[in-house]
Amino acid sequence: MKTYNEYLKRIDEVDGRIRAFVHIDREAIHEEARRAKQGFLAGVPVAIKDNLCVRGEPTTCASRILAGFRPPYDAKVVEKLRASGALLFGKVNMDEFAFGSSCETSCYGPTRNPWDTGRIPGGSSGGSAAAVSSGEVPMALGSDTGGSIRQPAALCGVVGLKPTYGVVSRYGLIAFASSLDQIGPITKNVADAARLLTVIAGHDERDSTSVERKGTDYTKALIKDVRGLTIGIPKEYFIAGIDPDVDRAVKKAIQCLRDCGAHTVDISLPHSRYAVSCYYIIAPAEASSNLGRYDGVQYGLRGDESRGMIDMYSDTRTRGFGAEAKRRILLGTFSLSSGYYDAYYLKALKVRTKITEDFTNAFKQCDVIITPTTPTAAFKIGERVNDPLRMYLSDIFTIPANLAGIPGISVPCGFTGEHLPVGMQILGKHFDEETLFRAAYTFEQNTDHHLKEPPL
Amino acid sequence: MTVAYEPVIGLEVHVQLATDSKIFCSCSTKFGLTPNSAVCPVCLGFPGSLPVLNRKAFQCALKVALGLNCRVQEIVKFDRKNYYYPDLPKNYQISQYDKPIAYDGSVRLMSDPSRVIAVRRVHLEEDAGKLMHDQDKTYSLVDYNRAGTPLLEIVTEPVIRSPDEAYEYLAILKSILLYLEVSDCNMEEGSLRCDANISVRACGETKLGVKAELKNMNSFKAVKAGLAYEIKRQTDLLESGGKVSQETRLWDADSASTRTMRSKEEAHDYRYFPEPDLVPFHVPREYLESVRKDLPELPAARKDRLLASTDLSEREVSVLIMEKKIADFFEAAVRLGAPAKAVSNWLLGDIMADLNGKGLTIDNYGLTPFMLAELIGLISSGTISGRMAKEILKEAAQTKLTPKELVEKKGLRQISDQGEIVSIIDTVIAGNEKSVTDYRNGKTNALMFLVGQVMKHSKGKANPDIVNRLLRDRLG
Repeated sequence: MKTYNEYLKRIDEVDGRIRAFVHIDREAIHEEARRAKQGFLAGVPVAIKDNLCVRGEPTTCASRILAGFRPPYDAKVVEKLRASGALLFGKVNMDEFAFGSSCETSCYGPTRNPWDTGRIPGGSSGGSAAAVSSGEVPMALGSDTGGSIRQPAALCGVVGLKPTYGVVSRYGLIAFASSLDQIGPITKNVADAARLLTVIAGHDERDSTSVERKGTDYTKALIKDVRGLTIGIPKEYFIAGIDPDVDRAVKKAIQCLRDCGAHTVDISLPHSRYAVSCYYIIAPAEASSNLGRYDGVQYGLRGDESRGMIDMYSDTRTRGFGAEAKRRILLGTFSLSSGYYDAYYLKALKVRTKITEDFTNAFKQCDVIITPTTPTAAFKIGERVNDPLRMYLSDIFTIPANLAGIPGISVPCGFTGEHLPVGMQILGKHFDEETLFRAAYTFEQNTDHHLKEPPL
Repeated sequence: MTVAYEPVIGLEVHVQLATDSKIFCSCSTKFGLTPNSAVCPVCLGFPGSLPVLNRKAFQCALKVALGLNCRVQEIVKFDRKNYYYPDLPKNYQISQYDKPIAYDGSVRLMSDPSRVIAVRRVHLEEDAGKLMHDQDKTYSLVDYNRAGTPLLEIVTEPVIRSPDEAYEYLAILKSILLYLEVSDCNMEEGSLRCDANISVRACGETKLGVKAELKNMNSFKAVKAGLAYEIKRQTDLLESGGKVSQETRLWDADSASTRTMRSKEEAHDYRYFPEPDLVPFHVPREYLESVRKDLPELPAARKDRLLASTDLSEREVSVLIMEKKIADFFEAAVRLGAPAKAVSNWLLGDIMADLNGKGLTIDNYGLTPFMLAELIGLISSGTISGRMAKEILKEAAQTKLTPKELVEKKGLRQISDQGEIVSIIDTVIAGNEKSVTDYRNGKTNALMFLVGQVMKHSKGKANPDIVNRLLRDRLG
């Protein structure tokens, strides 16, 4: 394993081109490293997505509106990382408030994909995925509301896991959509994802949505054997419009697992086609409320206060939020408005239930479900910025898992003709991360995609 | 022909629950702390913080639900009420919208037990902070100590028929809340606040008229006055052919009138939706039953019991039971052997008057039930007169000495010794020949004068009953 100094050196070498880091305090890292480190992740550098609170460190969600904000507390996951002996290795870039799939909505500018720096790394946890992919850190934390861990992991050729909703405490995760957000690991390989999840998972009395379960050592699930495992293949996820290279790579990966002794069964998730529409009602609605607190009164940016309170609010938010944040606040405010609530928000909740039922039914026939993580590989910077609908569709395969609350992992499963990474998504039953790890680990140990390094 | 109008009133009461910590975090709820000293990331709404429901606040809400004869929701859920104001740290309030924790309750009036005020809903929510505008003209300050204090909102149906009824409902509601020990109901400190919805309509009409929402009434008396003003304003408006407009109005105690705060068009769209940070949960029926079992005796039940077990009138009992501490004091003194009637007379008479005069409550007055029972004993044994007792009562409350101790200390013991009194009487008869003659000639008024003279000679210590009797005997 590389020393933390070697990782720091790597950051110095490549981050000028990748731009994954938005804040790194080398002094603090050295000081931390000097203290004897013990624990499950002793001395392991972990990069933190900029929407996770780290005591005394800038935490901005890549938004101007949180400029200068340094939380007086650690997120629960950060607390747990410290306790495990991990080295907190700075804050990494993201789409503003996690609103995006490309890292382009960040107030710091986009992070680059290590496999092709003219392309986006995915998002919103693009900084986390790019930092791991380029070897700047072995591990990073991301957050996933509609695919924000799995999609950038796929596009950067690394492993990304969104745990079951409630497995990881959200305390200190700056909320985007509270009923969908979940923190998870982004790592170079499946074993590291299991290690990192083992550290961050567990009940937290400060998060009412975290589930009371006893601690699990997920590394015990790293079993190289899928014999007897039934894999569901949903026909709705292998459709026209997918990049043929992606389709080919994922199908090849499924064949690999079959060769290892797994069975496959065709399944249907009929309501998944409504998932993106449903998500873009629920997520912005919650976001519009969650972002209400950024008003310039207590912390972060304060706009011009010379013309009174209302104008101060208005100026703060006009200058503080980027275009995508404004778009989502408007969408969410509209769909919660009196007279529209039933037609939009309530309807979306019903669709959400249907989508969840689809998975419950499907898992009667299979243990895991495999789909492409994304319909295409990484696109070019600027390509979809002015086409939000096309941008939103990059999460078409990842969103359903957030709506249903089930876990999903993306593992590297090949490359396109342009040598861009392709990710395979494995979805599991609620709280059955173990089976995901088993399937992902078996696949990884029988292939070498995860060993490929980006040409930096 | 003139049309008679009748008012229709609904009340919304906000009551702060007397929990030690806030509803979604562990900060103190204590009143009067240094501004912004009882705050944390949760009640300040800092990014990433999350609410966790206070068990005690939930239990208090259940107590009130049961105390007001409500039905209790099977599943408790919270909603967000979104609006922008600097005293609201998250710019949304965690409240309950479509599923209040309790609904369909009732409060029976004491003055007319056939009148039952229907309670529409009882819901839990968090309080906001407090803006301070008086520091400077160019800015306002905000104190978040109050933000996150648990509040219960208790809403009646529009069934209250007069300001007096509204006043009585509030008094009984406060009484019930104090009996349940869920709030100190202190209006000065804002732990009990009341808004009113009021409309008028022609008598006989069944449809509700256009209502005004009345705010800023800082006492039950202000509620009564505000409602009376509003009834007259709306009635005058209708009688002169005008229309009432739907709006929120503020009661101004100084001018004793109401004025427009905001019109219906300016009303907020609160964009309620389910609070995703708090998971809906079942109210375990066994838990609800255990809360029900532990409910204290409530005012109505206590009234029935005292009516059956004492010789007091309904009016006396009604007043005694309203304030739990007074009723507790009453029963404690009776248990010490004092006759109920005497205890009641003292409590409702001299003690209440002294409390009101000094702005005290029975528990910081200084008088104990033991002292009162002893005082009553001293009167009935003839040791002191009623008039002396009035002085001793006040002194006992102030000095914490018992009435017996005071009587000894001040030598206030009443003179009941016949020989001693007779000698005073003889002195008085000798010195007031004219009055003696008048009395003997049938002027009965003269007796009163002579009694007064005897009392004066004894420095007020002679037992007046004995003086009266012996004087008649001596005068023949």
